[in-house]
Amino acid sequence: MPPEDPPAEGNLIYRQSIWTRATHWIWAICLFFLVLTGLQIFNAYPKLEIGIESGFEYDNAVFEIGARRIDDELQGYTRLFSQEFDTTGMLGVSNGEPRAFPAAVTIPSTRSLATGRVIHFFFAWVLVGTLAIWFIASLLNGHLHDLLPRGAGFRALGRDIADHARLRFHHGRTYGALQKLSYAGVMFVLMPLMILTGLSMSPWFNAVAPWLLDLFGGRPTARTLHFLVMLLLVGFFAVHILMVLASGPLNALRSMLTGWYRIDPAPEADAASPDRKED
Amino acid sequence: MSRTPIDRRTFLRRGLVGASSLALGGCQILDSATRQESTLRNVFESASGLTHRAQRALGGDQTLAREYSRADIRQSQHPNGSVWPTGEDYREMAQDGFADFALSVTGQVETPLTLSRDALLAMPARTQITRHDCVEGWSCIAEWTGVPLGHVLDRARPRPNARYAVFHCFDAIERSLSGPVYYYESIGMVDAYHPQTILAYAMNGAPLPIPNGAPLRVRVERQLGYKMAKYIHSIELVESFAHLGHGRGSYWADRGYEWYAGI
Repeated sequence: MPPEDPPAEGNLIYRQSIWTRATHWIWAICLFFLVLTGLQIFNAYPKLEIGIESGFEYDNAVFEIGARRIDDELQGYTRLFSQEFDTTGMLGVSNGEPRAFPAAVTIPSTRSLATGRVIHFFFAWVLVGTLAIWFIASLLNGHLHDLLPRGAGFRALGRDIADHARLRFHHGRTYGALQKLSYAGVMFVLMPLMILTGLSMSPWFNAVAPWLLDLFGGRPTARTLHFLVMLLLVGFFAVHILMVLASGPLNALRSMLTGWYRIDPAPEADAASPDRKED
Repeated sequence: MSRTPIDRRTFLRRGLVGASSLALGGCQILDSATRQESTLRNVFESASGLTHRAQRALGGDQTLAREYSRADIRQSQHPNGSVWPTGEDYREMAQDGFADFALSVTGQVETPLTLSRDALLAMPARTQITRHDCVEGWSCIAEWTGVPLGHVLDRARPRPNARYAVFHCFDAIERSLSGPVYYYESIGMVDAYHPQTILAYAMNGAPLPIPNGAPLRVRVERQLGYKMAKYIHSIELVESFAHLGHGRGSYWADRGYEWYAGI
């Protein structure tokens, strides 16, 4: 069983600034809508390819969801490289209709590429705007510094992984090594990759920055990467929620709502230096 | 076009309204955004104006779309949308290899024009190998040859109040109670005079095939495929497109797609 919130002896500290909290929840909303409208957009051409164009007379797809009719029965299939899977009912065919991702995970639930795009680009702008605000605020208030894994953090990585594996969580003033790595990975690698691969699908942006298209290896490749990074972000979200549940959901939720976080009782003897203690 | 330009403050205010109503209502509210004139949809569409403004600020007017080499043409151009206009006048013209085709240029111009197929072929031509990006998500590379639209417009001498070039087409994707709904598109004058904006009559070194828009289609290389109207019979320069279709400037814009399709 996951441990309960830490004992009441620990002090409440003000850990998350209003900038961190507000942007956190705005991103949560943005990612929700961006992913589900993204799946709607994907459904209009349910294939991921590698190259500078789509292969109509040759095959450069690495992933494809489709439907075919076999003996008057609709069969949904999902192909990853050359491996094909029967995914009838989930992918390819759902509710008896040919449709790549099912209605339950697309916004809007009906088939509407136009609406999906309009909502996708709206939240893309909100996400980019919020990231910019967060970046400036975090640079000024030192939060950016908290996220950057440094020497001591890396040395503690092994122990931190072992502790996480045993569901033994530390609640400290600063983030642990794994937390830093995953948050920094999302903020400094996945988010920029998401934005840049998204921009690489824009013919206007291709004219502005053709080098970016070359960097990713073509528009279909950028589209494939955009999808892959989405999967990584969804994976991060799943692990993030699991970790919050496992490490004390009320404490984590309070800190992301009010800023106040209860840390573990005073450092024990094994902590090298109290002010640099990794949680 | 009153709905595209929008300042940042309006965008933020509408954004807040939008975000809060979403948090309250969840997905059910979002299905209502498929309706053209819902408030929620207007909120979301406010971002499209921002995209257009960002393009003008960042892109400059004259940046060129990537041009590819012959070696990059590995297949024929994938046709989409209408591929075979059914109108009587079009079918007759097609039987004669479009010898009788003439393009008319009308609207806010000093000199309305009618240009025969031969006259178009005799004008300076540009050939470019570019990538066609469909709104659905696919891309296809082909070589296009045609008259720069700017040459044609210069001959017609646009009036100062001409803001958009509207392309009227032979093809009708659907039929309404009052008859066929003909395809139309429009672009701003900046894109109309962009060096790569051409009225293409040839593709991959051969006359433009019917599925790809014969006798004449426009190439607008920094926007998505639906802007590049096929089967064009006339170009109308207008100050506003309020009087056309549902007033949003294009067949697909009338059906909820962005008028500005650079993204």
